[in-house]
Amino acid sequence: MSVMSQDVKVVAPAATTREALRLFAERRRSFWVVLSLAVLFTTWEIAGRIPISFAFPTFLDTLAAFFEMVGDGTMIRAFFLTLQPLVLGVAVSALLGITLGIVMGLSDRVEWLLAPVFIVLQAAPMAALVPLVTFVYGIGLVAKTLAVIMLALPVIVLNSYKAVRHVNPSLVDMCRSFQGTRRQQIFKIIIPDASPVLFAGLRLGVAAGFIGVMLAELLITPTGIGDLITYHRSVANYAHMYAAVAAIIAASTVTLALLQWFETNVMRPEKRRS
Amino acid sequence: MTVNALAKEDFDPASVVTHDPVVRVEAISKHYGSVEALRSIDLQFERGKLTTLLGPSGCGKTTLLKIIAGLVPATSGQIVVNGRAVTGPGPERAFVFQDFALMPWATVLRNVGFGLELKGMAAAERNRIARRYIEEVGLQGFEDKYPHELSGGMRQRVGIARAFAVNADVLLLDEPFSAVDEQNRRKFQEDLLRLVEMERKTFIFVTHSIEEAVYVSDRIVLLSPRPGRVSNIIDPRIDRTANPDDIRRDPGYLDVVEEIWQGLRHYAE
Repeated sequence: MSVMSQDVKVVAPAATTREALRLFAERRRSFWVVLSLAVLFTTWEIAGRIPISFAFPTFLDTLAAFFEMVGDGTMIRAFFLTLQPLVLGVAVSALLGITLGIVMGLSDRVEWLLAPVFIVLQAAPMAALVPLVTFVYGIGLVAKTLAVIMLALPVIVLNSYKAVRHVNPSLVDMCRSFQGTRRQQIFKIIIPDASPVLFAGLRLGVAAGFIGVMLAELLITPTGIGDLITYHRSVANYAHMYAAVAAIIAASTVTLALLQWFETNVMRPEKRRS
Repeated sequence: MTVNALAKEDFDPASVVTHDPVVRVEAISKHYGSVEALRSIDLQFERGKLTTLLGPSGCGKTTLLKIIAGLVPATSGQIVVNGRAVTGPGPERAFVFQDFALMPWATVLRNVGFGLELKGMAAAERNRIARRYIEEVGLQGFEDKYPHELSGGMRQRVGIARAFAVNADVLLLDEPFSAVDEQNRRKFQEDLLRLVEMERKTFIFVTHSIEEAVYVSDRIVLLSPRPGRVSNIIDPRIDRTANPDDIRRDPGYLDVVEEIWQGLRHYAE
């Protein structure tokens, strides 16, 4: 007790700005996140000012271009178009992929039937297949959604399948020993125990979905963010082009972070405590 | 204290008298492919007593326990519980796992009540029962903790409370203290004896520790390996009203430990 009260006395009067910052840095992870981003953006700014290439804008120019595009509505319209095939494709991939993966994990026969297909699909360079999709489904929303699914689905299926196969067998025995039904075994033991790997697959799938939608918008028809990138490149508006690229990267990062948050807070409450 | 002569070649398990058997193991054999794990085991477990299956690794003691639990199918023979042949897990038996088998995403309260949850009991009712057994195993105050916040010994207390909560007649314990450190192990053995006294249930206990077996058991079934067979049955008859430290120094206790060791030593490498 006496040691603690002494500490408080020492710290309290010395609460200068520097001291406060030091304390904040020790306690908060966000300090280090901000620092990491600051280093990245400063490096970008310096590289843009040298400049390393006439086509490489500074960070501040890119930021200004971003706000300009948000201001005149082009960025928001672009996101509206890009998010349609993305959200649709990721939702289908997540639902279908997790379901198929779990069924494959539970049944050897379904595994033998489906696993080869998804292993081939995961190994295939999907960008090479996008022109085929265009050939069959044209240049509309269906083709772009399919491009997203083609990239996102295999990784989600294979991860879900592996997640179920690696469930602790002792927990399954425990459920059986207390006469749990097969249904209870799946929903109360297998899915919760598999959820960390399930979510890892989902995160990889969402990241692959972003790749899919960009491929679709760059290879099928320029719409949305892909159109902004293509257009501003063609008119040598490099700050605007980089702003569009950075915006889609930021959107992908935020989505993955939200997914992580959902997992730790909703699916696995024990992980909130360290 | 009576001890049968150990490791007699002509030992006949049928010569051992068991009153009111709650579990009967009849001619159980188990093969894993070409490997013979258990050969024609006949055993009876007396109601309200603690019987230990003891033997070196490879003697099939855990396999036999899992066959009794209905978790592993036997190749031949049958298990009779309360006079009825059983083929799978049932409400009259509850299992305590060597690795605890606790759900890491569930609190102590939910883990202890999980057997009742599977039976469809309402939350209020099962939480009330779970709290009672959490208190009985000495974990009150830890209801809302998650397993990773507990020590190994505390986790196994959760496993034991979960098995008690379903109110089975027979508790099957598979080396429950093997993942617990030595100091806690002793405390655990004393607590187990207290629970046996309080709950008046039948315990079937698997261990590879001779001292542990002699200290806690009413009867010890010695198994020999490759293939697993019953090699002897011993009733230690230790006076458990004595102070635990005195029991561990008692010459009778030490004699039984020594005799079992002499019977098993030729299996040690």
